[in-house]
Amino acid sequence: MNASQDLPFGVTLGPGSSAADLTGSWRTERAVYVDRVAPCGNSCPAGEDVRAWLYDAESGGAGYEAAWRRIMQVNPMPAVMGRVCYHPCETACNRGTLDESVGINSVERFLGDEAIRHGWSVTVDMPPTGRHVLVVGSGAAGLSAAYHLALAGHEVTITDASEEAGGMMRYAIPRYRLPRDVLDAEIDRIVSLGVHLELGVEITDLDALVAERTYDAVFLAVGARLAKRAYLPAGSAARVLDALSVLRSTAEEDAPLLGRRVAVYGGGNTALDAARTAKRLGADEAIVVYRRTRDRMPAHADEMQQAEDEGITFRWLSTIGQVDTDGLTIEAMELDDEGFPQATGRTEHLDADSVVLALGQDTDLSLMGDTHHLDVRDGVVVTDPVTMATNRRGVFAGGDVAPGDRSVTAALGHGRRAAAGIDAYLSGTTVDPPAAVELAPYEALNTWYFEDAPRQHRPRLEMVRRQSTFDEVVQDLDAGTALFEARRCLSCGGCISCDNCFALCPDNAVLKLGPENSYVVDLDYCKGCGLCVEECPTGSMMMEPEEV
Amino acid sequence: MTELKLYQVGTFAAGNRLLDRTERTEQSDAWRTNSITSGHRACRGCGEALAARVVLDAAMHATEGRMVTVNATGCLEVFSTPYPESAWRVPWLHSLFGNAAAVASGVAATLRAQGRDDVRVVAQAGDGGTVDIGIGCLSGMFERNDDVFFICYDNQGYMNTGVQRSGATPAAANTSTTRPVGSRVGNAFGTGKSLPVIAMAHGIPYVATATVADLHDLERKVTTAMQMHGSRYLHVLVPCPVGWGTDSADTVRVARLAAESGFYPVFEAHDGEVTDVRRIRRQVPVEEYLRLQTRFAHLFGDPGHPDVVERLQGQADRSIAHFGLLEGEAR
Repeated sequence: MNASQDLPFGVTLGPGSSAADLTGSWRTERAVYVDRVAPCGNSCPAGEDVRAWLYDAESGGAGYEAAWRRIMQVNPMPAVMGRVCYHPCETACNRGTLDESVGINSVERFLGDEAIRHGWSVTVDMPPTGRHVLVVGSGAAGLSAAYHLALAGHEVTITDASEEAGGMMRYAIPRYRLPRDVLDAEIDRIVSLGVHLELGVEITDLDALVAERTYDAVFLAVGARLAKRAYLPAGSAARVLDALSVLRSTAEEDAPLLGRRVAVYGGGNTALDAARTAKRLGADEAIVVYRRTRDRMPAHADEMQQAEDEGITFRWLSTIGQVDTDGLTIEAMELDDEGFPQATGRTEHLDADSVVLALGQDTDLSLMGDTHHLDVRDGVVVTDPVTMATNRRGVFAGGDVAPGDRSVTAALGHGRRAAAGIDAYLSGTTVDPPAAVELAPYEALNTWYFEDAPRQHRPRLEMVRRQSTFDEVVQDLDAGTALFEARRCLSCGGCISCDNCFALCPDNAVLKLGPENSYVVDLDYCKGCGLCVEECPTGSMMMEPEEV
Repeated sequence: MTELKLYQVGTFAAGNRLLDRTERTEQSDAWRTNSITSGHRACRGCGEALAARVVLDAAMHATEGRMVTVNATGCLEVFSTPYPESAWRVPWLHSLFGNAAAVASGVAATLRAQGRDDVRVVAQAGDGGTVDIGIGCLSGMFERNDDVFFICYDNQGYMNTGVQRSGATPAAANTSTTRPVGSRVGNAFGTGKSLPVIAMAHGIPYVATATVADLHDLERKVTTAMQMHGSRYLHVLVPCPVGWGTDSADTVRVARLAAESGFYPVFEAHDGEVTDVRRIRRQVPVEEYLRLQTRFAHLFGDPGHPDVVERLQGQADRSIAHFGLLEGEAR
């Protein structure tokens, strides 16, 4: 205020702005911006930042490539994962509480397929380190590790006993779930980073390998290739096979003769793969025999639905007593109070020309020689959960041979972590363990602001072709539905620049500094009412008490 | 698939990085006028301070900054202009409690006499200055169809003087002059008035209601009004954390529930006829709206007054039916 102003008679103070009054002094709490972790990314075994790449994809157009590149920072096979991942992200998705979870998996597949269509690729930007890493096994874990090691500038050689790369992705997952051209395209992209691929090579002596010091580090990703057996008193003739060999020979175009009625014993995804494969190979009937009830089946609900659609039948609460000449004797089970199946002694005959066992898989460490000196517990190699290091210096392990979920997704995560572990080992540094995260719960969201948007489902192949061919069952989203689905994301815990905080502050105490995600609370004027926090759609703000 | 502007939050949020600028609210613009600036003495979470900025910024945008504002006495005037400071960044006049409409009529007449047809006049008042003390001047302004846009920020009582009842206070509300004592359950049923309906009865060109919970709707109505001439009236529901007994963070939420329960109908009318309504999107029982407010707490005590809640629900049901607020209903 200017004392020399010419003020009217009796007026002692010149006019001023209320901005001189710092009403922030009323405050007992302050609004702060936070970046909480979304449940999708938190639950991803491969470590994808799902929310971030969905955010990129929401722009459409150039955003798709940005999204794909963000996925590629952790997962080198988006098109494969968009088909075979059992998407724990969607199970965790907060939108599931509102209406139906976001179809993250289908968007990932769309992006992966876009990359193949447009030939997007990545390049090695790091100078060569001169270090050479051996990766044993070309499955998901091995490929993932090779990709990340190659990007870090290391020389990588992958060996695999099979004729082609891909491991279980090629030899256990049927083509109708994962077409081979998709798998080939994504493997080629990894190999083209300069990775040496040696196929048809068995590693038989880990000790010698380490002693020779040809390689600076070894990553064991040999999987679990031994099918579990069960003792079945066999009367005679009926064919007993294991699911893994049925799937493998089918993949090698050397389909086994299974007959007209095929019984599959087991309740996992492999059992369903075997039954659906049998149907496609010409069986009139494929019957899954499982010891427990449907809701206790470990197979994924999607796979279950597709199997039922294709006419696979189920015998719940049944176990195989013995294999007869013309089928098998099955025994009825009952669940006890703890939910374990108990035999009842009641038996019946089930006609079947062949029996396929899908009882799980064991690791095969014989290839590493008798004196591999690895810590093995419960049939798997003991590893450090952060670096995937084994008890032997310079030897790392991941995928099905290591503890954890046996899925392609988990294997990719193991591969990435092992690559980081190996990189740190080679450079003499350490990997920081992951920091504790603050999750964005559903309650932190203000769902009023989200438009009602029903989920877009991927179309399915017509039934006739599903029962007789190995054509891919689940079809791709188109550009419109993929964009729609990406935009259903609630962006839990991450600012989407909706301007609510800026627009709804009664005191103009939120400043907008730029077009995207750059707001500041002006503490000179923030009275701490909490309106911005309450009306933030994504839960990216919170109130913090002032220190008094 | 139906065409949805689905950019994560659609068009419900104030802004959106993926939407065209014209489809975002004026409030999401970093260059908005900020007609009422920081440092004002409104209570925290004040719905009226927020609504005044939204309305005047939109009017400033519509008139490209050529606008005079006349203000009645009330919270808005008191908290924005404690001597010698002012929070206003627009031309602003204050005279008395009851004469805002008359002063605004005079400003409009003066501008006409000066041949200034480019400068528009906006008048604003609280519910006291509109429905009680100012209604005579306002009715006169309406019947002369003076070229003024009059906005009532309705917080349903005389709040800065200590929460006394006004003609806009809802039935059963506990105010300092309508205490629930004995058989009395707060503000009496059958009293009060609807000024939007009274305004419509004058047959003026434009009447609308809005809440501070829907910025798109509120700004659109201001813009519509500023594109017209003659008397126009906008009634905006602005929750008052102090007078309603709500959490300061719940100001927008409680306004939203007022509309979503049907308790406060949001509509617009041209020439005395209702022409459009804002449909209820996620209907809630009135109880959900009432329970956020301590001025209705006596209805939910032990034993409480379930019959009164029922009666208030009946009011909402009638307004839903009258205005056709539900999707698919005829209006």
